[in-house]
Amino acid sequence: MGKAHFPGAARIAYAARLMHNRPSFSGDGTGVIELDNVAYSYGGGELLSELSLQLAPGSFHFLTGPSGAGKTTLLKLCYGALRPTAGVARLFGQDVRQMDRDDIAMSRRRIGVVHQDCQFLDHLSVAENVALPMAVAGQAMPEQDDNLRELMAWVGLTERAGALPPELSGGERQRAALARAVIMSPEVVLADEPTGNVDWEMSQRLLRLLIELNRMGVTVLIATHDLQLIRAAKSQVQARVLRIANRRLNAAGVDL
Amino acid sequence: MKATLQTLFALGRGDKAADRVVPPTGFTARLTLFAAAAMAFLAVFALALSLAAARLATSWGDELARASTVRISAPDGQMAEQTATALRLLQQTPGVASARALSEAEQQALLEPWFGPDLPVAQLPVPQLIEVLETPEGYDPDGLRLRLQAEVPGAVLDDHARWRKPLIAAASRLRLLGWASALMIAATVGAMVTLAANAALAANAQVIAVLRLVGATDAYIARAFVRRFTLRALSGAAAGTVLGIGAVLLMPPAGETASFLTGLGFRGWHWVVPLLVPPLAAAVAFVATAVAARRVLGGLS
Repeated sequence: MGKAHFPGAARIAYAARLMHNRPSFSGDGTGVIELDNVAYSYGGGELLSELSLQLAPGSFHFLTGPSGAGKTTLLKLCYGALRPTAGVARLFGQDVRQMDRDDIAMSRRRIGVVHQDCQFLDHLSVAENVALPMAVAGQAMPEQDDNLRELMAWVGLTERAGALPPELSGGERQRAALARAVIMSPEVVLADEPTGNVDWEMSQRLLRLLIELNRMGVTVLIATHDLQLIRAAKSQVQARVLRIANRRLNAAGVDL
Repeated sequence: MKATLQTLFALGRGDKAADRVVPPTGFTARLTLFAAAAMAFLAVFALALSLAAARLATSWGDELARASTVRISAPDGQMAEQTATALRLLQQTPGVASARALSEAEQQALLEPWFGPDLPVAQLPVPQLIEVLETPEGYDPDGLRLRLQAEVPGAVLDDHARWRKPLIAAASRLRLLGWASALMIAATVGAMVTLAANAALAANAQVIAVLRLVGATDAYIARAFVRRFTLRALSGAAAGTVLGIGAVLLMPPAGETASFLTGLGFRGWHWVVPLLVPPLAAAVAFVATAVAARRVLGGLS
């Protein structure tokens, strides 16, 4: 498998759909996802507090910090899986507190999420899993097959399209999860330790895929504790690095 | 409510993709089918029992209420006079269609089963019987009784109410029990489907999490489960109903000596009632799964 490139036709289709999606974003601020003075506490203890974050359209962010600092929690706040216990979280300009479960579901179609331990529907093939977001959105477009094939080629899983998810290696799972995350042409991709289970070569490949998406205008936020990965990215893309420490979010950059 | 309606429409339309997102579960599927079939089978019998009891109560009520008897016990000399008075009085009573004194031969025929054919009725102080047939409106038995008492001291009116009432009460109670059983069976189907649906929802927690992550609405996820359980209940109940009806058909036919048990079955339009069992089971399963899915999904993040 050579160097992966987002195929031409799919790239144009993706960009077109992204442009088409844009006008529906009616935020008053500047970020597609905004956290304003947000706090989150589990039971008694406060995990995050006085935390503000703005993901501008087309920006590339890294989120780092020690294990258990709340990186995953922060990502969950960014896609509405958790609601802040204080402060305001806005997805595409909409206050999460005023969104019902259906609104959250709709916003997930504009936010692609890649987990460290990505989960699939184990009884469906990889191709069907990648196409799942379209199926649940009721969009079985005629051009979906081409689109899907190009996407599978982009992540280098063409030959594994008919396999079941449990048969995939760690790296293949991560790439399948990435393909699933972007099939709806989301405006934002959130990745939680996307390179946690793969070797250096594979993590570089995943990083390149994410950078390619970002060049097409997708907002990217990657949570990772892998400083080497961040250094590798900084040479290819203008990335901001945020660090969670002592429940707060700080800009980090000098030490990298 | 809106979501439920949408689910209902989608159920009719069918959605292959939505069906496939929930992995097939062979064992629980078969259990649900079996339980639905067994419940439908029992429901058919409960309904047959209710309808037969209702039929019995009606026939006892109708046929026996139409006829009553006046019995006249009087000394030999006054018998004819009292009988004539009673007949006159009865013919004047509103609600009485006809009144007729039984002949000696008829009285003998009535007594024959007990005393044999050779009984000389004329030589015994057998009371005279008058058969009274009512109009559909009926007469007032208490008023008639008072008037008979005043004019014919030896007359006793027997309107059959005394022994008809407990029979009708028993039949009505039986009918009530039958309907209560049918309701309990419906509730059991609901409880069983709720348990099965909860188990399925719990077993498929990962599927639900994945679907939520990729932007599925609760209605979409619920639909996949609701459709599955509704169809299972429908097909299971259909099989059970067919078996139940077959068993009712195998009951010995009700002959001349129609007793209560041989009359157990469906007559006329009552045949429609057991056919309602499968759709009702499906409806119960639909509501039970929809409620269970909404509760489980609502509790997730």
